[in-house]
Amino acid sequence: MGVKRESVTPASIVPPVDQEISDELEVKVKKYLRGEGTNLEVLQDKKLKGQLAIREELYGKSAKAAAKAEKWLMPSEGGYLEAEGIEKTWTIKQEALAREVDVLSTRSQYDIVLPDLGPYRMDFTPSGRYMAVGGQKGHLAIMDMRNMNLIKEFQVRETVRDVVFLHNELFFAAAQKKYPYIYNRDGTELHCLKEHGAVLRLQFLKNHFLLASINKFGQLHYQDVTMGEMIGNYRTGMGRTNVMQVNPFNGVVALGHSGGTVSMWKPTSAAPLLKMLCHRGPISALAFHPNGHIMATAGKEKKIKLWDLRKLDSELQDIHGHANTLDFSQKGLLARGTGSFVQILSDFSSTQNYSRYMSHSMAKGYQIGKVLFRPYEDVLCIGHSMGWSSILIPGSGEPNFDSWVANPFETSKQRREKEVHSLLDKLPPETIMLNPTKIGTVKPARKKEKPSKEERDAEMEAAIEAVKGTALKKKTKGRNQPSKRAVKRKEMVAKARRPFLEQQKSEEEQLARKKQKISEEVQLPKSLQRFARKKASA
Amino acid sequence: MKVKVISRSTEDFTRERSGDLQRVFRNYDPNIRTQEKAVEYVRALNAAKLEKIFARPFIGAMDGHVDAVSCMAKNPNHLKGIFSGSMDGDIRLWDIASRKTVCQFPGHRGAVRGLAASTDGRILVSCGTDCIVRLWNVPVSSLTESYDSSDKSIEPLGEYVWKNAFWAVDHQWDGDRFATAGAGVHIWNHNKSAPERSFEWGTDTVISVRFNPGEPNVLATTATDRSITLYDLRMSSEVTKLIMRTRNNSISWNPMEPINFTAANEDCNCYSYDARKMDEAKCVHKDHVSAVMDIDYSPTGREFVTGSYDRTVRIFQYNGGHSREIYHTKRMQRVFCVKFSCDASYVISGSDDTNLRLWKAKASEQLGVLLPREQKRHEYHEAVKNRYKHLPEVKRIVRHRHLPKPIFKAAALRRTMTEAQRRKEERRKKHSAPGSTTTEPLRKRRILKVVE
Repeated sequence: MGVKRESVTPASIVPPVDQEISDELEVKVKKYLRGEGTNLEVLQDKKLKGQLAIREELYGKSAKAAAKAEKWLMPSEGGYLEAEGIEKTWTIKQEALAREVDVLSTRSQYDIVLPDLGPYRMDFTPSGRYMAVGGQKGHLAIMDMRNMNLIKEFQVRETVRDVVFLHNELFFAAAQKKYPYIYNRDGTELHCLKEHGAVLRLQFLKNHFLLASINKFGQLHYQDVTMGEMIGNYRTGMGRTNVMQVNPFNGVVALGHSGGTVSMWKPTSAAPLLKMLCHRGPISALAFHPNGHIMATAGKEKKIKLWDLRKLDSELQDIHGHANTLDFSQKGLLARGTGSFVQILSDFSSTQNYSRYMSHSMAKGYQIGKVLFRPYEDVLCIGHSMGWSSILIPGSGEPNFDSWVANPFETSKQRREKEVHSLLDKLPPETIMLNPTKIGTVKPARKKEKPSKEERDAEMEAAIEAVKGTALKKKTKGRNQPSKRAVKRKEMVAKARRPFLEQQKSEEEQLARKKQKISEEVQLPKSLQRFARKKASA
Repeated sequence: MKVKVISRSTEDFTRERSGDLQRVFRNYDPNIRTQEKAVEYVRALNAAKLEKIFARPFIGAMDGHVDAVSCMAKNPNHLKGIFSGSMDGDIRLWDIASRKTVCQFPGHRGAVRGLAASTDGRILVSCGTDCIVRLWNVPVSSLTESYDSSDKSIEPLGEYVWKNAFWAVDHQWDGDRFATAGAGVHIWNHNKSAPERSFEWGTDTVISVRFNPGEPNVLATTATDRSITLYDLRMSSEVTKLIMRTRNNSISWNPMEPINFTAANEDCNCYSYDARKMDEAKCVHKDHVSAVMDIDYSPTGREFVTGSYDRTVRIFQYNGGHSREIYHTKRMQRVFCVKFSCDASYVISGSDDTNLRLWKAKASEQLGVLLPREQKRHEYHEAVKNRYKHLPEVKRIVRHRHLPKPIFKAAALRRTMTEAQRRKEERRKKHSAPGSTTTEPLRKRRILKVVE
């Protein structure tokens, strides 16, 4: 409410610069308000209304304070790239960028050529300071990206399909030939997760401390890495896939399948939350916008589609082109890698209309396996068959970090503190759902139950009476006889009654079926009950 | 081409010397905190659980009396001193901090029924069933200094003998008068051996008396004729008399809103009234399962403590229908008197088992000096708990109290009884002519009449 009052100050009095600033703040306040306030007008309870009004005012104030802090107190500004004259941003080469930017930034443009051990995949810690890389031929390494130090490098001498960091840089998991393993920073093997099987892709849900994996047989596993408990083990039933991505907004795991469908999963249900046909060909890549509302999918039929996850009936945008790998940056840039070519797409006007922003070509013959934006930096890391490379993408990273969320300059003491805090705030797996804003709200009062038999009968009677009362049209000779009219009337009554009877019948059938099912389950001998088809419950 | 990329030099973002504090940067963007609502909910749940874990309200018992504790008085001028009187005529001054007797005031034969201290804390007034009012000099030095010899005995300042036994006494705020209750209400002066004024309205015994903390000349009494009476010393007679269906054992004024008072009733409830409008209670505080024996407001005026014949002590919000907290121990018997300490952080109860017990007013509060960070953490926990208090899981944990079996059963029985009564009323209403029966709210139902 306090915010609203600010906005109605007459524009004539306020000087233009102040006006501009207040407009800018207005936009920012909206972001921090996290949605609309409650409608207090409909409330009957005066006491509650008063309490809520105070609370809303408090929210307004805090949003305003946060907006002001963002406007004035942030230490760094975001990167940008602007073309001048006839120049186009997507024609600008990395070499040209290197001449313009400072020395510190040029250090993040490099190619590591390791032709024998590739293709490489990598993962960053949430702060972007550490990188784990895994070559398919068994090469695993952890690097400190701040001073480009190799912390540990070792060879496991078997296929490595994926690497992923756990909650901090001390532990990482690698999907190897037969099982995934957990290593610590020194390269000591801590765990072999045999239950997961031959895993193709790994993902870590850092709020829940869950390690999610999809294996060769299309089985999805969730394991709690704090207690070691297996939370969920589900057959997807849609074949082998190596397209897997976690939606950071709600922790839902999305899988892309060879049939062109994308399915979304949570650890507490055996059936997917959502299945949708996105492409006519197999799905080759999948990525989520950090705000969780946009999903990008790439199909083998040379199409990249953007979807709004709040409104799934049609795609937002359809882009022509292949993509072996997709990734969204913190600021919403979309990178796609195919062959030896990387393209960055951006929505300049934030209307969710992506167009090309930058591009980068590797040497001919390199096969790009993975693109990954480094958090809190304007850097894109590319894993390919000849090693890995890193290029500069101005404007991709969040310029300001929060020390309590992800700190690139974290000391070991802070890391220890953070570990304890994040374990205290560990979310139970039930909090993963498509709409996480539902958490912390009270269920609305239940709708009225099904109408009782008497009510239904009364309804039917009323419908019949209404039909009986209608006057019949005067028909031509022969069809206007009283007997014909009586028949006609009877027919009308039957027609009015039919939908009610049909509904009643279907309900009865349903009930009977349910009864039969229960009895069937009971009938099966104990030893065979585990083979009974489990009903999928969403 | 104009280009800028993020580049952070380590010097700008880390501390200069190892002695400095680590630098902290904040970014409140909701996008970098995923699932913040779920995290907050988990924190609220953890806060509720922590509160339960740390709920250890009982600090200690003060034993020394040889008979049931019948009355207590707090010293308005000294935080850690409390007076208690027992059924065998023993009066003691306790040091709350060390939970030891500072001194005794011998003299009464028969039960001590009333104790009151003057506002400056120098004079203690006691009265009892031996028909004598005694004035005592409070040994202030022994409270402030560390005492070495225990059981110092003290001679009374004055001894005023009267005709009838006394039931209660209370001292005026900012004055040297005090009022005793017994066969009637008598107003006394420090230096006169006979009462200044006497009020008698009806023939029944007056059992409790309390001066108004805001207006020194107003006092309220309760009597065995089930009445609550207001007196004004500037007027010749009583102001208002309210008669309820059951008698009130004790009464207490709200020190922050001195027009309101709460009466502890025999029917297990407490009734809050506005002194200007007595025909309806402002709030009925239900939860006890036996007669409420004593009541005392916290100096903040936001809550009050009650002691009951059902062997429990409860703390209520001043406007809450149900108790916030219940305290009980296996050894605590019928509670006859309760007091809130003058800093609102402790509760003292005196019971039939000859002990005084010291409790924390907030069961899970951390005692001692809090560091600013600790303080902030407690405040945050309180805030998230408050925010999610309506969610079933949090609500269940926060509300749960373990009850002794007899009380649990008695409460269930009371619930069924009231429910049955309500249903009966409802049916009667349904089967009578519309408008012929009206249900009175509980706030009015227990009031018989108001006499001006």
